[in-house]
Amino acid sequence: MKHVVLNDTHIALGAKMVEFAGYNMPVSYAGLNKEHLAVRNNAGIFDVSHMGEFLVEGPHALELIQKVTSNDASKLSDGQVQYSCLPNETGGIVDDLLVYRKNAETFFLVVNASNIDKDWAHISKYNESIGARMTNLSEGMSLFAVQGPNAAQILQPLTDIDLASMKYYTFAEGTFAGVPDVLVSNTGYTGAGGFEIYMPNAQALHIWNAILEAGKAYGLELCGLGARDTLRLEKAFCLYGHEIDDTTNPIEAGLGWITKFTKDFNGRAFAEKLKNEGVQNKLVGFELTERGIPRQGYEIADASGNIIGRVTSGTQSPSLGKAIGLGYVKTEFAAPDTAIFIRIREKDIAAKVVKTPFL
Amino acid sequence: MSIPKDLRYSKDHEWLRVDGENAYIGITEFAQGELGDIVFVEIETAGETLEANAVFGTVEAVKTVSSLYMPVAGEILEVNPALADSPELVNQDPYNEGWMIRIRMTDPAQSAALLDADAYGALIGA
Repeated sequence: MKHVVLNDTHIALGAKMVEFAGYNMPVSYAGLNKEHLAVRNNAGIFDVSHMGEFLVEGPHALELIQKVTSNDASKLSDGQVQYSCLPNETGGIVDDLLVYRKNAETFFLVVNASNIDKDWAHISKYNESIGARMTNLSEGMSLFAVQGPNAAQILQPLTDIDLASMKYYTFAEGTFAGVPDVLVSNTGYTGAGGFEIYMPNAQALHIWNAILEAGKAYGLELCGLGARDTLRLEKAFCLYGHEIDDTTNPIEAGLGWITKFTKDFNGRAFAEKLKNEGVQNKLVGFELTERGIPRQGYEIADASGNIIGRVTSGTQSPSLGKAIGLGYVKTEFAAPDTAIFIRIREKDIAAKVVKTPFL
Repeated sequence: MSIPKDLRYSKDHEWLRVDGENAYIGITEFAQGELGDIVFVEIETAGETLEANAVFGTVEAVKTVSSLYMPVAGEILEVNPALADSPELVNQDPYNEGWMIRIRMTDPAQSAALLDADAYGALIGA
């Protein structure tokens, strides 16, 4: 099992650790609900150093990114970030990712920890004929997410980057806690606002401690991956391995908005066919109207007990106090307010399709 | 880690408080900590008589779901009514307010075969 730089720090701070994507990671500290609500109402910090980072450089960098991703990276200006995905050759998704444009010939890609090796091999395969310069920075970089409405106030004293004016999905590089050239982006996976901070491993402990010190006066909460998951689910953000995987198509997954037919890309034909002919299944949000908690893999049934889909994620929403989930259903059951049933321990529990995000 | 001396324990992290031929059953402080924030306790076996190690219900935390096992055989007389609206009582007070079921033991002698506090402490490394 791999370890993030701060592994021992997390244990000393009282984190409960679990294996995730091959890394020993904090799943919670004081308790998931407390961490979750702190991020919604105040601020919390997550160590997400398990995430992967690739640098793509040179005169063919954009050409490579355009070939392998579904969104249109030519629309990016310096300092902008784009959510995108890597379609595969069979209509599925290799991974979802963020594309940062540093300049016209330098792009920084952030990928899921569980997919680092797969993504690297996939992109490298297309790079053989394109010839961009690729560097896998994953092992040497740490990443912290400081999320919540008070994130900017907590972090601003540490950096010369103007955080208040930084727009959503943009980034800057500057001095942070005395460390030069730290990349800070207005991004995150919580829907609560906040920033992600990328740094070399050697600076990680220093920066972590500086943020915790700056956060003391605000009650900055230590948060684990458990709260990160419930926060993203309330906003209906896709999680690789749940809503999307090698077999799900971006169109079915509701990712048509990052699938741009203004350019050619690997997997375009599949996506275009589904877009034109219509999909059989759609990813929807639902809430339970009877007691129960939906979980990944549970079947979704209609009123007659016919299986019409499956749950991809589910939880008791800490913010809403009710059971919510995402899942694929046959298209005729995808309209909001449609009655569906979640099969939990051989019982069909009533639910209804709702609009997302849930919050 | 609280492990009251007057209770008996199962290897599945349930506790048993003997009260004559009846007994109260819940989960241990260690178990609630491992599960995290508990959001739903589902017990639909009231009135049934179950064997030792049979599943009497399910506890759902935000991230995980876990079965609940009978430490001894018995008839389920009552389910803690407070858990329907306040499942978090299991986190806050696992040995008292967070009790789960009250049973009539089929064979009260079975409770002697369960772990005492010291043996349970050794099991969880406390």
